[in-house]
Amino acid sequence: MEALNKQETTSIPKLALISLLVFVGNLIVHSLIFIFLRDTPLNPALYAILAIIWGVFGVYSIYFTLNWVVEKYPTKIRARIQPYIFVGPAVLLLGWLLFLPTLRTFYLSLFGPNSTNFVGISNYIAVFTDRLLITALRNNLMWVVFGATACIVFGLLIAVLADRSNFEKTAKAIIFMPMAISMVAAGVIWKFIYFYQPGDEQIGLLNAIVVALGGSPQAWTSMLQPWNNLFLIIILIWMQTGFAMVLFSAALKGIPAELLEAARIDGANEFTIFFKIIIPYMMGTIISVSTTIIVFTLKIFDIIMVMTGGQYETDVVATQFYRQFFMYRNFGYGSTLAIVLLIAVIPVIILNLRQFRKQGGF
Amino acid sequence: MSKLKRKMLSFTAFLMVLSLVLTACGGGDEAEPDTTGGEGDTATEGTGTPLERAYAGEYDGTKVTMFGPFTDADQVKFEESIKEFEETTGIDIQYEGSKEFEATISIRVEGGNPPDIADFPQPGLLATFANQGRVIDVSTFMDMEYLQNNYNQSWLDMASMQGPEGDIMAGIWNRSNVKSLVWYPKREFEAAGYEVPTTWDELIALSEQIVKDGDSPWAIGIESGAATGWVATDWVEDIMLRTTSPENYDKWVAGELPFTSDEVRTAVERMSDIWFNEDFVYGGRNAIVTTAFGDSPNPMFSDPPKAWFHRQGSFITSFFPEGSVPGEDYDWFALPSIDEQYGTPALVAGDIYAMFNDRPEVRAVMEFFTTGESIKSWIQSGGVVAPMNDADPEWYTTDVERRMAEFVQEAETLRFDGSDLMPGSVGAGTFWKGMTDYVSGAVDLEQALEEMEAGFNK
Repeated sequence: MEALNKQETTSIPKLALISLLVFVGNLIVHSLIFIFLRDTPLNPALYAILAIIWGVFGVYSIYFTLNWVVEKYPTKIRARIQPYIFVGPAVLLLGWLLFLPTLRTFYLSLFGPNSTNFVGISNYIAVFTDRLLITALRNNLMWVVFGATACIVFGLLIAVLADRSNFEKTAKAIIFMPMAISMVAAGVIWKFIYFYQPGDEQIGLLNAIVVALGGSPQAWTSMLQPWNNLFLIIILIWMQTGFAMVLFSAALKGIPAELLEAARIDGANEFTIFFKIIIPYMMGTIISVSTTIIVFTLKIFDIIMVMTGGQYETDVVATQFYRQFFMYRNFGYGSTLAIVLLIAVIPVIILNLRQFRKQGGF
Repeated sequence: MSKLKRKMLSFTAFLMVLSLVLTACGGGDEAEPDTTGGEGDTATEGTGTPLERAYAGEYDGTKVTMFGPFTDADQVKFEESIKEFEETTGIDIQYEGSKEFEATISIRVEGGNPPDIADFPQPGLLATFANQGRVIDVSTFMDMEYLQNNYNQSWLDMASMQGPEGDIMAGIWNRSNVKSLVWYPKREFEAAGYEVPTTWDELIALSEQIVKDGDSPWAIGIESGAATGWVATDWVEDIMLRTTSPENYDKWVAGELPFTSDEVRTAVERMSDIWFNEDFVYGGRNAIVTTAFGDSPNPMFSDPPKAWFHRQGSFITSFFPEGSVPGEDYDWFALPSIDEQYGTPALVAGDIYAMFNDRPEVRAVMEFFTTGESIKSWIQSGGVVAPMNDADPEWYTTDVERRMAEFVQEAETLRFDGSDLMPGSVGAGTFWKGMTDYVSGAVDLEQALEEMEAGFNK
């Protein structure tokens, strides 16, 4: 230790100088590039190209130079600093782009509509007493309970059944396909399915079927409250089942054949095998997929915006947030909703992270 | 390995040098336009108003971005009306329309990316931006004397809004339309032997007669994306003006007369007498909430008509089937008087253009929009009433259009669309949503009125 220190004393000032130079040099160079790009009127295409070049090579040069400096340090210190050099910028960026805005949103949620008068937690009280917001929370719950459950159950069923069929690939491809469609496009497609118009002629698929079977046409997504939410949830199921199915299929293929064979020889029937072997074996995947889909349904926004605009009792927290923040310009209330949504997602995320850690993701 | 490293090092060094050279060459000029809207001309050459200089070709090749709620047929008409100006001046007006205008404009202004000019159908929403000091005061460069000559004082008063440092002129009125109109399929109407009703009772009696004859009298649709519900607010305003005094209406718009008051409740109840009567409305209540406002008049034009009345502003003619002839296929009568003492008031609405970025070419375009010339082609294609005095009455191509202008001029009571004047949180918020919830059966009337009122004191 002492010997080591002696060795370095000679280079410490030099090292410090180099470190400082590289650090400040990076700062200056990139600020200059930034200022140049900001203040020079260029052709937009040229802007984009320059920005990409700067983005890629700039980041590379920062990492490269900092690493070069650290390499010059004595081994012990280097081992301690090096990880931070590599993870530091990402953490800083996340802090600036995610953590600070979250804090600011929380701060805004304690203020009135114009962010001028302090109102304490009255926004939070309002969220849980206002009819519109209670409706939004109720609908979110519906989305999670019906939407997420259906996606997981159907995904699992299809994965297991397809596994034993002769046309597994085709079936899975068809079910997976809606995943490739954007939410908004899916909304448009389903708008045509649910379309209702007054009069005798129905051009919406579902109403055409209902009329052909002798029923009377319905305005599926606007009347029939609160069941109209279920018609919107079907869209999510249609889109997300494929995602669950693919992951479950992969997990299913990972179950050793010997295990299943041994169970069958011991006289277990298919149900017992499914519940006692397959499910426990896939538990990790099931939890990961479930949490992912639950977070997704909690944040659901685009389907509802496209289909109903949040009218007719179909508001969820995210659409209500958009309405309050951007349409009513009530910043306190809007921010409160954002925070409520964040709090609702946190437990699920924690569960998800735990699962990852178990699987050695961390 | 070390070779590669050396290469990388030299490459990095080269990059740094290159970037230094690049930045050294780049002049640190402020390309940002001056948005303070101060006195005095920013440009040095040329004389005259921005518009005159634009016509002299001084701003040839510049771009002005515009954002507004016109889509579909209206967008085509708008593009048509500015074409000549663009060709003469060489200014490229890039218009972008959105059905989610109310929400999107907020996002763009908040995000520091406003359009040069935005077209607000709701002065109330614009007032919010004016309050925050985000709008440029047009009186800093407009010739006020000219404006006073070209507009009725009431239009100018409505453009005056409270800024952070006192009143500013937040925009200019470009296009207006009349709302208190009931459209009907004229030829079939006469063939059926019906007569245009002049009182509310006659209107209801005729509606009942039509039901007896086996049709639905009314065609109503309020669906309009995130803005669903505005059609219902127009009805409420129109009936309000016919059942209570203009003073009460003004108080209501200003937030002094609550939604929960008897005056408003009466108006909504009277509307419900028609709306919730399944025999009276084509397709019943389901159809009202699910039919897009632009599609809702269609049943009047089927052969034979399935519905006979459609209460809507003058702009709806843009949505009528192509080739329908005004005065033959369709005509209008004013929504009849309910209480004699209040007569037959006219409800009007309009678009106010506001400016977010102050550049000479934007000023020129704004000035252009104060001339009748800027909506000439729109007037000719119908559905628009000009608020400017220099618009030639000859431009109205049909009697149907001309009678609208007369109706506005002769009305004893003239009031602007209330929901457009209310603060955005009510006028483009709780009032729309509350009416939609009420009509779709999500809430009862009391609850709806309370929720609409709640938009004010947030």
